[in-house]
Amino acid sequence: MSTFPQAAADRAKLTIRGLDMTFRAEGKEISVLENIDLDVREGEFVCILGPSGCGKSTLLNIVGGFLEPTAGTVTIDGEPVHGPDPRRIFVFQERGVFPWLTVEGNIGFGLGKLPADERRRRIDHYVRLVGLTGFETAYPQELSGGMKQRVEVARALAVNPDMLYLDEPFGALDSITRLVMRGELLRIWGQEKKTILFVTHDIDESVQLADRVVVMSSRPAHIRRIVDIDLPHPRDLSSRRYLELRDSIFGEIGLAHKI
Amino acid sequence: MSSRQRFERLLWPLVTVAVILVLWHAAVKLSRTNVFPSPLAVVVGFRELTRRGVLLPYAGASLFRVAAGYGLALGLGIPAGLFLGWKRAAAAAANPVIQLLRPISPLAWIPVAIVLFGVSNFATIFLIFLASFFPIVVATMNGVRGVPSMYLRAGTNFDLSPVSRFARVVLPAALPQVLTGLRIALGIAWLVVVAAEMIAVDSGLGYLVIDSRNAGKRYDLVVAAMILIGGIGLLLNVLVRRIERLRSVRWGFRSA
Repeated sequence: MSTFPQAAADRAKLTIRGLDMTFRAEGKEISVLENIDLDVREGEFVCILGPSGCGKSTLLNIVGGFLEPTAGTVTIDGEPVHGPDPRRIFVFQERGVFPWLTVEGNIGFGLGKLPADERRRRIDHYVRLVGLTGFETAYPQELSGGMKQRVEVARALAVNPDMLYLDEPFGALDSITRLVMRGELLRIWGQEKKTILFVTHDIDESVQLADRVVVMSSRPAHIRRIVDIDLPHPRDLSSRRYLELRDSIFGEIGLAHKI
Repeated sequence: MSSRQRFERLLWPLVTVAVILVLWHAAVKLSRTNVFPSPLAVVVGFRELTRRGVLLPYAGASLFRVAAGYGLALGLGIPAGLFLGWKRAAAAAANPVIQLLRPISPLAWIPVAIVLFGVSNFATIFLIFLASFFPIVVATMNGVRGVPSMYLRAGTNFDLSPVSRFARVVLPAALPQVLTGLRIALGIAWLVVVAAEMIAVDSGLGYLVIDSRNAGKRYDLVVAAMILIGGIGLLLNVLVRRIERLRSVRWGFRSA
């Protein structure tokens, strides 16, 4: 990452302004998001970090066009967002893969409008990219959790979106697989140059992955701080700077760094 | 599966059948009944029925009625269930009627069927249709309603039209539950055809049961017909279970 601000890199891909979200439940109004302002640059990897239930997933759902905010605007490339769009793909936990389709079927799901040979080429490319060669005709129930997650990422990438929204994608994986998947995601991000919004409640995960970490408060969520992670990739998880950044976020969230 | 396991899987059911036959035979002999037949008498009864040439035609008649009534229920029930599952308002409107009609035993419809169609094939087909229609509608409706929203959202995100979203997401996601409903409905249809044939027609396995009893208390023939009914029912169930093992739906079944 360049340390000099560049005009092109600084142009905002995604702009969120004055975003409020209020839900009505049993006659009561529950404020979930309050006055969120955020800019995300083209090609940037941004983690939205917050405690469980704080509303960070709600924020991602609004950005993804699945929810309309109560107030405020979301614009991408200068256009307001009013619904889901295949240029921006939402990745759920691995539960989002279609169990009735094979690995190939899932990855090719969004490619129905392409000619058959182009479709074949893209499926092959993304099967290879996520390391599932040999499993093309396997069904999801025959795969491990990490492999299912790879299928979902590949399915998203195959339609060549310019943004990926990931909602705690590795939350259901064991800690070793999770670490492997983070490495894979960074490798893929390096190759495919997508803008990534990644929601997580895991402080380490956010510092390992992101260019910037958006630290949210508990509900009603507002942005407490945005932390620049000025560490080059691959990141050394025992370096002084990594630990400093991690500890400062621990402090920001108000956790004593001891058990 | 090792050959030993396969052997045991075959062995134990055979042991059970043998034990039942021995107990049955002993009970008949000890009680000195001259109404209820021994297993051997049933075998003789089977041979008599085959010789008379009624066994296959009657089984065929019953299967034909099930095929017609059940086929009709599939043709109308699946589209109705899909529609009701997809359109919440339609489901809200239709649900009270469905819930009221569903618990009525198909046998209670026999008088209605006879008024409508007389003592005829149509009466039995109508009863089988009624018996299988409601389970099919309800299972299909619940299958569609139960499609996880995540799948629907993924469909929307990949820019599918409503029609292709329905065809490529809703249908396959609901299919396992629909298949379960179809299997249960087929079982019910087979139960009902026997009962309906006892009243509304003069052919079929149900008719064979009641006719053997009425014409000289031939319980050897009654039991022979019952065993055939059980065997065919078992076969139908096995056939539908085969479909459930196809790879694209197997995910939805616990036994996968």
